[in-house]
Amino acid sequence: MQSFDYEAPQGISEVIQLLAGKNGGARILAGGTDLLVQLREGRRNARLVIDVKNIPELTQITFDPKNGLRIGAATSCSQICSDPNVSEHFPGLVDAIHLIGGVQIQNRASVGGNLCNASPAADAIPALIVHEAVCHITGLNGTRTLPVEEFCVAPGKNALESGEFLTSISIPTTKERFGAGYLRFIPRNEMDIAVVGAGASVVLDSDRKRFVSARIALGAVAPTPLLASDAGAFLAGKAVTRENVKEAARMAQAVAKPITDLRGTAEHRKHLCAVLVERALDKAIERAGGHYAE
Amino acid sequence: MATLEKPNQYKVIGTSPLRHDGVDKVTGRAAFGADIRLPGMLYGAVLRSPHAHAKILSIDTSEVEKLHGVHAVVTAKDLPDLESRVVELGEGVINRKYQSNNVLARDKVLYFGHAVAAVAATSLHVAKEALDLIRVEYEVLSPVLDVRKAMETGSPILLEDLRTDEFGKKGETRTNIAGHYKDACGDVEKGFREAKFIVEREFVTKMVHQGYIEPQNATAQYNPDGQITIWCSTQGSFGVREQVAEILEVPVSDIRVIPMEIGGGFGGKIGVYLEPLAVLLSRKSGYRPVKLTMDRSEVLAATGPTSGSYIKIKMGADANGRITAAEALLVYEAGAYPGSPVGAGMGVILAPYRIENGVVEGYDVVVNKPRTAAYRAPGGTNAAFAAETVIDELAERLGLDPIEFRLLNASKEGDRRVNGSAHKRIGFVETLQAAKESAHYQAPLTGPRTGRGVASGYWGNYGGKSSASASVNEDGTVSLLEGSVDIGGTRTSLAMQLAETLGIPAEDVRPVVADTDSIGYTEGTYGSRTTFATGWAVYETAKGLIEKLKERAAILWEVEKDKVNFENGVFFSSEEKLTFKELAEKLDETGGPVVASAAVQPKGYGPGFATHIVDVEVDPETGKVDILRYTAVQDVGKAIYPAYVESQIQGGVAQGIGWGLNEEYLYDEQGRLLNASWLDYRMPVALDLPMIDTILIEVANPGHPYGARGVGEVPIVPPPAAIANAIHNAIGVRLTELPMSPARVVDGLK
Repeated sequence: MQSFDYEAPQGISEVIQLLAGKNGGARILAGGTDLLVQLREGRRNARLVIDVKNIPELTQITFDPKNGLRIGAATSCSQICSDPNVSEHFPGLVDAIHLIGGVQIQNRASVGGNLCNASPAADAIPALIVHEAVCHITGLNGTRTLPVEEFCVAPGKNALESGEFLTSISIPTTKERFGAGYLRFIPRNEMDIAVVGAGASVVLDSDRKRFVSARIALGAVAPTPLLASDAGAFLAGKAVTRENVKEAARMAQAVAKPITDLRGTAEHRKHLCAVLVERALDKAIERAGGHYAE
Repeated sequence: MATLEKPNQYKVIGTSPLRHDGVDKVTGRAAFGADIRLPGMLYGAVLRSPHAHAKILSIDTSEVEKLHGVHAVVTAKDLPDLESRVVELGEGVINRKYQSNNVLARDKVLYFGHAVAAVAATSLHVAKEALDLIRVEYEVLSPVLDVRKAMETGSPILLEDLRTDEFGKKGETRTNIAGHYKDACGDVEKGFREAKFIVEREFVTKMVHQGYIEPQNATAQYNPDGQITIWCSTQGSFGVREQVAEILEVPVSDIRVIPMEIGGGFGGKIGVYLEPLAVLLSRKSGYRPVKLTMDRSEVLAATGPTSGSYIKIKMGADANGRITAAEALLVYEAGAYPGSPVGAGMGVILAPYRIENGVVEGYDVVVNKPRTAAYRAPGGTNAAFAAETVIDELAERLGLDPIEFRLLNASKEGDRRVNGSAHKRIGFVETLQAAKESAHYQAPLTGPRTGRGVASGYWGNYGGKSSASASVNEDGTVSLLEGSVDIGGTRTSLAMQLAETLGIPAEDVRPVVADTDSIGYTEGTYGSRTTFATGWAVYETAKGLIEKLKERAAILWEVEKDKVNFENGVFFSSEEKLTFKELAEKLDETGGPVVASAAVQPKGYGPGFATHIVDVEVDPETGKVDILRYTAVQDVGKAIYPAYVESQIQGGVAQGIGWGLNEEYLYDEQGRLLNASWLDYRMPVALDLPMIDTILIEVANPGHPYGARGVGEVPIVPPPAAIANAIHNAIGVRLTELPMSPARVVDGLK
């Protein structure tokens, strides 16, 4: 591991200055569960590591029914999971965050970091996508927002421009009769990276027999986490039937472009897409209080 | 844990006293190799090959030597260029040239991770930075990664001087086939003609690692007078001494090996990797101590995994359920240098059954993967996976319960194996009967897509050379020195045998694992030999103490020695008696200290048999297999410390489940190991395993004073086969490739 400088600024403007000063040679440190490992293994380099955990805005969670949820980018997974508003309104996110590492990792790792690391197999990202989460980005030229599904651009690469960093993630308030779920497939029961991850959210109509809308997202089956928009759109207005759910799962499967690597074969991954999307939809429908038509 | 109800005729053996090293282990005080810190110590790091197969054209270390903080660099040029010579080393043989080349590659690198150079520096950080400055020029060659391709004419050749050992004779052509072996009995063609059902199947298994928690480490001090001290994590300190002496061409008497506590070995810590490098670096750095420690990726890429294999087996049975003939072919990956456990696999494959007509053939084949090392019943799991799956299928064809079919064909005392040797008193039938009557086997299967499987296994176990030495303390306790590294609680199981023989409590024995200068020659802790063979040494030592103490009692009582008797810890004559402790207090009056020692090489080791039952649940959509319930029945001879015996069985089963379900070495086409981390080398974690129940059968081994048999290895033999049979029972699919990963299960269902 090469030596690097370390700074722990107190405010966002200092981070902007530090990033600008290093011209791409600086890395943001939140929990460090990805960054430190990558630095040690020589997979990433840094001349400067900027620890953002001392900046209040980056480690806060706020919620109000009108504006929804705002999670500081460096907020730890365990802090998010223990927030009562998160557990009440954002079940898909809770599903995903519970899967990220064990207790020790969850005490360090942040959802913002999970997003910035831009792993195709990140558990939090498909869950954020189905919750319609938005990234809040700051840099020398001010702030901007980006839907989560547009944030990852390639394995390990995100949409941040040089000098920019992620400050928070916001999620709109969920509607009535909303349900969401995330699940992943791993060969063991713990300690693994998703072979395939699938998130789904649904909004049901007043008698909970039809979909008003649906979102479906996949992980580990393409260079970036995928929003399967056609599959979601297909369900809008349709009855809650096994047949429709299976068709949506098939449509989501069709957009997956998995590869064979050490964690799974392309064939098995493709197969799993349909299985997991169906199961994620089951979860979402159940949480929305819906039932399958007989 | 259940033991068949039998009164325990012993006072100490069969009980569970506090383990002597327990406090040190649970408080973290126990000293492992990584804890060694010596004044002036340097830290070493090893440069490893990024290629699976390449010629080394040149190694330039000139830039490294300029880096501040670097004190020594070594390459194969610093090692004696050894001629091929085979050296007997306890459990196995090594070719010292190949072993030297495995420690540091000379002309060629033969696997991804093969050591090429090593440096010693003032810190690990500097040492690792120094590795980047070593320039190695390679000529990359095509890798050979599959045993069957390696055997083809025209395959790239790994070792220019390798010739096939063909039934004891050397071949004449360049080859990757190191050995070809064959056992046969009866008339196989006649046997198959008598069969009503014949099952023939091919099996493939992948290279897997022992997965011990503690990585390899070694610290060495080379003194200006040529005396060498090595602290390391090893299963056998004398084996390290011999190997280092051979590789460096120094006398064994110049080397002292101090075995540290060991965090698991499972056969993978018999051969040396870092020890010779630490010695060389210490010598070259001006006699400073040098410490080398592997990280996990080095452990996985470059230390002893066990063989992947290709196995073909054909077995026939007549209408009465009698096996009439069996034929097996085993082809095992040796890794980069000869020495796969194919011979042991050949011994295991048909051992549980009476086979009157059989042929077993084996090939040892080199491929561009790490040199394989022993792994718990080496070669046995692969072999049993094949044989026990076919046994299950034959039982199915015959419409017989799989345990009944095994009972019809089970080997008993006096039955001959395919290699001609006859079984001594064994407890295979007893394990089958206990399995059949077990609560597990009697319980109905519940839930959809669940299945139950049974498989049996054999392991021959081993004896070997052991020494022990004991001295009686004036407070009535006994200090015990022994040369066996303590894996799995052998300090205590040995102390208990001494205590039983002397009639004193186990707590009154202070066992110490001694270094190579402090105890007689003792082979490593392998082959399930320690409780048996070092147990014999301890028993003989205790007998020696008793004889000497009888003399002391005779002096005290002024009688002839033959008038002094000993029983249950009490010395007595017709008129007097003294307990062991009382007599110990009087040693000063009768001639001073009493010590005894013994060195043994007992041959009466008895094989272990096991029968396992497993229930699984298969998710047919994802292909995931969950283990719901597991029961391992094993003939343990006599459980000296039942809780340890149970732990050995549970550990073996856990490893066998990992091997069966998810563990495998994944290489890309260039032969680069893709999953050299515990994240991606998928060993089972706690949530993957149910409680593993055990049933201990005690068919005493007549070759041991307390009836002990080796217990540590046979429990890894049946699990993959038992799981395969359970999967078949659940979803009707016979899987013939390990691991039975979710993708393979889904494929099987197509």
